[in-house]
Amino acid sequence: MFWYILQRFMASLMLIAVVIAGTFLILHLSTDKVARGILGPDATQEVVLQKKQELGLDRPIIVQFTGWAVRALHGELGRSWFNGEPVIAAIATRLPVTLAIITAATILIAAVSMVLGVFAATRGGRVDQAVQVLSVLGFAIPNFILAILLVSVFAIRLGWFRAVGYQAMFDSPAGWLGTVTLPVIALAVSGISGVAPQVRGALLEALGKDYVRTLRSRGLPWRRVVYRHVLRGSMGPALSMLGVHFIGMFGGAVLIERIFAIPGIGQMSVNAALNSDVPLVMGFVVAVSFFVVLLNLIVDLIQAWLDPRVRMTT
Amino acid sequence: MTDRMPPVPDTRRRSLLARVLRNPLGAICVGYLVLIVLAGVMASSISGHHPNEIFPREIRLGPSAAHWMGTDSSGRDIFSRLLHGTLPTLRDASIAVIVASLLGTLFGLAAGYFGKWLETIGTRVADLLMALPGLVVLLAVRTVVGPSMPLMMVALGIVMSGGFFRVVYAAVLGVRNELFVDAARVFRLSDTRIILRHILPTVRGPAVILAANLMAISIAIQAGLVFLGLGDLFAPGWGNLLNGGFANIYTVPLELLWPSVAIGLTCVVFFLSGNVVRDEFARIGISAAAVALEQGAAEVSAPVDDNTGAPRGRAPVAAHVALTDNQAVLAVRGLVVGYPGAGGQVNRVVDAVDLQVDRGEIHGLIGESGSGKSQVVLSIIRLLPAGGRILAGSVFLGGRDVLRLKEREMDRLRGRYVAYIPQEPMSNLDPVFTVGSQLVEPMRIQLGLGRRAARNRAMELLEQVGIEDPKRVFHSYPHQISGGMAQRILIAGAISCGPSLLIADEPTTALDVTIQAEILELLRELRRQLDLAVLLVTHNLGVVADICDRVSVMRSGGIVETGSVAEVFADPQHPCTRALFAATLDDVPARAPYARRIIEANHG
Amino acid sequence: MVEPLLSIDRLTVTYPGRGFRAKPVTAVRDVSLDVRPGETVGLVGESGSGKSTIGRAILGLAPVTSGTISYAGHDISHARRSEWRKLAGDLQVVFQDPYSSLNPALTIETILMEPVTAGGVPKHEAAQRIRGLLDAVRLPKDSLDRLPREFSGGQRQRIAIARALSVRPRLIICDEPVSALDLSTQARVLTLFREIQETTGVAYLFISHDISVVRSLSHRVGVVNRGRIVEWGECAQVTERPEHPYTQRLLLAAPVADPVRQARRRDRWLAARTNTIPQPR
Repeated sequence: MFWYILQRFMASLMLIAVVIAGTFLILHLSTDKVARGILGPDATQEVVLQKKQELGLDRPIIVQFTGWAVRALHGELGRSWFNGEPVIAAIATRLPVTLAIITAATILIAAVSMVLGVFAATRGGRVDQAVQVLSVLGFAIPNFILAILLVSVFAIRLGWFRAVGYQAMFDSPAGWLGTVTLPVIALAVSGISGVAPQVRGALLEALGKDYVRTLRSRGLPWRRVVYRHVLRGSMGPALSMLGVHFIGMFGGAVLIERIFAIPGIGQMSVNAALNSDVPLVMGFVVAVSFFVVLLNLIVDLIQAWLDPRVRMTT
Repeated sequence: MTDRMPPVPDTRRRSLLARVLRNPLGAICVGYLVLIVLAGVMASSISGHHPNEIFPREIRLGPSAAHWMGTDSSGRDIFSRLLHGTLPTLRDASIAVIVASLLGTLFGLAAGYFGKWLETIGTRVADLLMALPGLVVLLAVRTVVGPSMPLMMVALGIVMSGGFFRVVYAAVLGVRNELFVDAARVFRLSDTRIILRHILPTVRGPAVILAANLMAISIAIQAGLVFLGLGDLFAPGWGNLLNGGFANIYTVPLELLWPSVAIGLTCVVFFLSGNVVRDEFARIGISAAAVALEQGAAEVSAPVDDNTGAPRGRAPVAAHVALTDNQAVLAVRGLVVGYPGAGGQVNRVVDAVDLQVDRGEIHGLIGESGSGKSQVVLSIIRLLPAGGRILAGSVFLGGRDVLRLKEREMDRLRGRYVAYIPQEPMSNLDPVFTVGSQLVEPMRIQLGLGRRAARNRAMELLEQVGIEDPKRVFHSYPHQISGGMAQRILIAGAISCGPSLLIADEPTTALDVTIQAEILELLRELRRQLDLAVLLVTHNLGVVADICDRVSVMRSGGIVETGSVAEVFADPQHPCTRALFAATLDDVPARAPYARRIIEANHG
Repeated sequence: MVEPLLSIDRLTVTYPGRGFRAKPVTAVRDVSLDVRPGETVGLVGESGSGKSTIGRAILGLAPVTSGTISYAGHDISHARRSEWRKLAGDLQVVFQDPYSSLNPALTIETILMEPVTAGGVPKHEAAQRIRGLLDAVRLPKDSLDRLPREFSGGQRQRIAIARALSVRPRLIICDEPVSALDLSTQARVLTLFREIQETTGVAYLFISHDISVVRSLSHRVGVVNRGRIVEWGECAQVTERPEHPYTQRLLLAAPVADPVRQARRRDRWLAARTNTIPQPR
């Protein structure tokens, strides 16, 4: 099993390395445009060339990349072209905010999906239909549209929550809750809509398996079969889906943080993109990539713990 | 020729669009989409205002006759801006979806069908494209390309093509090894032809569904990008309305509401359209299942045998009933089992079955597939598949009518009085638990044994069913053992709580003949040791001859003949039984040696 | 001496192992056999014995690692596409599973027409031919515009047979063609196979796990165990008086539908078993 996990880990590390290299390449495809993006559309060709030279963009791409990669491996991601702030520092102050929101949303997704999924699969009827309708709506409505609606109703119309801003969890737990509740809900709804039907479907499929009947024929009560055997056997796909949603929320956070004016990594990246701040954009991609690798590893480990067939592959 | 032609379902071949339109929800979705496209095309004539026309004295007004949705903070007509934004929004989203579906379909088909290096590269690239969230990639792209929406949408399409590739590729994998594709290969049809004719149709369904979902996602991302200010702020589109409205969220909340509703509704409609398509595809599957059910019903409702035209035989059990009821381990009386059929009807798959198994007897229940024998068995342990209902009759296990028991009482009977051995050994063990824990669990619950006692007993049982290395097998997982071994383990599980009656549903059908002989020998041995009664379901007369004392012959949901094996095999009474014997190949002589004459008769 | 239609000489099929660090699997080892025109050769063996792989190798669906397969004197073990195209009309197949061997989305007419027209036969002639085929396999005339799912297992197998016959082949590989069918349907389909052979002179390589099915149809029989042919000879000799212990066990293990005779067979089987104690698998 160790080798299997290691192999998977290395594969995901390789994958992410290629993704990072690819992003670097994309960002350096048109250095003219980047320089012009910084200087504004009216800059003369001469000034643009000068800027490129200043930023080192005139060197061959391979030299630029190896330079960047070597520094990155030493934990050095350069400085923002826009305000000179070290990229690592910029990320370090903003990432915890985003991470707190995403983690809270993930926990919410896991808990609610589990309850709804089990309920829908075992009760059937009305409950099942309601869960299915809600999941279609929740999945189809874009999360930032939902966020806008939530802000309009609960923050502006009713005044229950703060519409904008963020308070750190350790400074004021109540304040934190007040600022993150709406963003977390906005992010979690589409996740729940994706994961809950997955739990339901996996459960229903597992309930139809031959071994369920055989276990019942040995006199095991229905509840015991469902909670001990069926649930465990059907958690795998739901867990993978949860992992996918965790990563996907880094994308969602970009929009949500804007709406709620939350100083997270998503807001930072939007500004970086607008300012053609290449080092900062690269830093954002590296940070998200790090979590992709980490999450894949965690999902693999839990998967192996759940299923002996995974555990015993060499 | 007796294979019966089932009735033809009327929803056979109809184009996908026609199917979607016949679905009420589908009609609504298509109607909405047609409506917004038309509204977009005729935007100027509907709204009556130019989208950028400024009404300086009508800033931030609510809805009125002149401005149906009110005006924004610059005094522009919101309705007009919304209408004019429709087509650009849909166009941008379509760019992404078209790019994604073209790339995904092309490479998915190629990778799935040809395999080898195309497959390796395709899946790797798809992994790459799907590694990061689309919006993260788009931010990087935006840094370089600037506010050009079409370019960003092409980039989005490329990113989404990874997901499209996976879906198409998976669909192709599903059919690539189907025998009909092999058959096409044997006819040496060209690859293009095989792909277009035999593979593309199976991919079509999932591709259409995914494209509809991606359309919803693209609209959201397009609007989101513009909302973030990453698009062209002067181009018309729903995202721009959002962006403008968001600045006035406190003063003119409506300005934000209209585009939000338009985006949300359109996304939901695209998503629902995908669902409708999926349902329509599923319905084709259901109608096939309905045909299968009707087939079963047709068999039941036609008690006349096609081969012989004879009616059902002598009433077999009546005499037996009066005789030895107190000895009966199992007595089934007048059992009727039904499944819901088309149009609220009930299909009776078991009709008025009487059956009795006495102490220490091995009773064979024989019949062809679809005769209802498995349904009888599952009724006895009350574990019919979903939809199945016992409509009449009683099932006496040791004198108690189990159909009147509460579920909890029934649980106590299962395993302890009556145990069940399934047909397919591998799928009947829970793959995530060890063999040992699956044996131990029922004993701890049913017999109240402690952990250690149950464990020791499980080891004994494994030895008893002829497993040479019980310790190793105890700690094994189901995927580590063979089919024959799995069947022994299932038998061990069945006898673990000391039942009086063993019900074996085709216990050797999935096994090779040499293993079948071993398993039958084991059953014989266990019967001797444990004084068990066995109800053995099979379609193989040889198995009945080998192990059974009595036999009941089933046909079309009813039992046509019952008797001792010696009697029935020596002198079968019912035409159906005789037909079964006639179909065996036991006494068919070996074919005469090859002679050239046959060919010459043909070619000469 | 009749020239063989198909002859296989020391065929070995090895699959590369699936996945990381997997060992290659040899499914067929050193198999030699021949089929003469109009003859039925039966191959009998248990699941995983490699009998189906032999059939797939002949059809070019499994890789030939070593050895040769010759058809009508030509080596086809590594035939190119163009050569295969010429053989399409000669060499045909009927698979086991009547459910997945017909494309569920196509009508019976399309399924039957496709190979004929692809072989260059004009449309009207092809249409005529497939109507004749429906008669030959006893399917109702109105079957043509129906879909496979509207037919029972036995009927589908008839359609598969008709499809194989549609190009007028000289050899059909039959891979467990009756094992998914009920006993009575099986008997009728076997009769059909025999009739077709008598009227058209087609040869069969008939692969089955059921020794009595093979016996009823084959002129010669090979017994396959673990990728090798362990016994090979005239049908009566192999299926009634086998010499190899494996064949003997296989024969004795299959129960017959007669309690008295079966009791005797069982005693003999038990005696044979105690001589060579098989490991529980």
